[in-house]
Amino acid sequence: MPIRLEVWGERALFTRPEFKTERVTYDVMTPSAARGILDAIFWHPGLYWRVDRIHVLNPIRFDNIRRNEVDSVVVASKIRSMAEGNGDGGAIYASESIQQRSSMVLRDVRYVIDAHFELLRNKMSLTDSAAKFQNIFVRRASKGQCFHHPYFGTREFPANFRLWEGDDDPIGFEQGHRELGYMFYDFDYHDSAHPNPLFFRAALDNGVLDLESVEVRS
Amino acid sequence: MTEHTPIENRYDFTILFDVENGNPNGDPDSGNMPRVDIETGNGLVTDVCIKRKIRDYVQLAMDGEFPWRIYIQNRKTLNRLDAEALEAEGIKAPLENKDLAKEIKALKKNDPKLDRRLRDYMCANFFDIRTFGAVMTTFVKGNLASGQVRGPVQLGFARSIDPVDVQEISITRIAVTTEADAAEKNNTMGNKFIIPYGLYRMNGYVSAKLAQNITGFCNEDLDMLWQAILNMFEFDRSAARGNMAVRKLYVFKHSSALGDAPSWKLFDAIDVHKRDDVDVARRFSDYDIKVNKETIPSSITVDELVDHGV
Repeated sequence: MPIRLEVWGERALFTRPEFKTERVTYDVMTPSAARGILDAIFWHPGLYWRVDRIHVLNPIRFDNIRRNEVDSVVVASKIRSMAEGNGDGGAIYASESIQQRSSMVLRDVRYVIDAHFELLRNKMSLTDSAAKFQNIFVRRASKGQCFHHPYFGTREFPANFRLWEGDDDPIGFEQGHRELGYMFYDFDYHDSAHPNPLFFRAALDNGVLDLESVEVRS
Repeated sequence: MTEHTPIENRYDFTILFDVENGNPNGDPDSGNMPRVDIETGNGLVTDVCIKRKIRDYVQLAMDGEFPWRIYIQNRKTLNRLDAEALEAEGIKAPLENKDLAKEIKALKKNDPKLDRRLRDYMCANFFDIRTFGAVMTTFVKGNLASGQVRGPVQLGFARSIDPVDVQEISITRIAVTTEADAAEKNNTMGNKFIIPYGLYRMNGYVSAKLAQNITGFCNEDLDMLWQAILNMFEFDRSAARGNMAVRKLYVFKHSSALGDAPSWKLFDAIDVHKRDDVDVARRFSDYDIKVNKETIPSSITVDELVDHGV
């Protein structure tokens, strides 16, 4: 049972793993980011989303943003000693840990995601069924409900969403064939301690990123 | 925060703030000029800029008191320096939340639940982690997601309603820094950028589910968030900022955790426009704001928060 979701927003950042310090976005949304949007609306241990196609409705345009960021993360061992009564847990002082990083982001994006879910029977209860999951998703998407607000790659770029209305197929922003090179597909979580990144050769045909017939490799 | 229950409703909110003869958010890429969308001329303020001000307000108002501590601080506070001095003398600062501390101490070194405990400890103690989340190292080795705490509050970028015009103001100063300069000249020139007037709009989201499942963000935290937003510029005066003020804070409260309507429909219901008889906007009263209540489902309450009481 496929679903078709329209998503749009002012900006997006689908970071290329090879340019992640000074972040550079992919030209289009990755399957992983699309799955993240679906998961934000509805997810259940008994299902996982498969993205079939991403329709790119707006021209691909970029923008540059440089921000002051901190270079540190919270360190578990320091938290532990703070909880035991020593130190301040290594609080991060922005003026000392400052780092300026730029992001090349997409602007004015609009996509239509075609997806379906597959079931994990052993994680489902007796009352769970594909129809039930489908109904929950459709109900939530049409009412604008979500578990947390979905976003385009990073949380500062919120994604608006609605079910695609009408019977017509969405129309891509351009005609013709455009190679996008190797692109991140998603993580393989079979070994949850060591998720394995997967890649595929991406191309837009008439503005559509086809994910059904692509070869995915690590 | 065991005694406080997490929020049970989803919220969306819109902040309207303005700047008068100031620079709301400098762009490090363009010599600290105000951030401007070069295609449209609209002014921008980043999400992290506003988060910084929210953190600073809470730090100032609550003075690092449990459970309102701030993890990512702007600068070292005097208290911290005092504490460091005490520590150097071998006196340790007293610890709040002693029970949890004891529990953590009692846990064995490789207890898999320890990570969870530490995360909960951080959320219980620090307002900013409970609200915005944080990235923590190696809570479970190799597992990518477990070190990341997603907070319930999410902010987008702020954008000005109309294009802003950026002016460069040249200034002089009489005092000269170095002796060498002093021999040659008796004053130096500098420059600053100002926006004569700009009204900005920022939208935000509060997820009840993330509050319930992860950080325990509760109603007291929500009130603190609104208070911080309303007052965030009151304690952020500087030569660069000019006059900045939060003019309106609209809060949409959904009737459930998942919500009743798409956020964009709610945001669309707030229409902010320069008044027709105004040529160049220079003050807040040059704008008309209309809330189209008929497009908002009746199960959602819209509050206009204006309480500026500190």
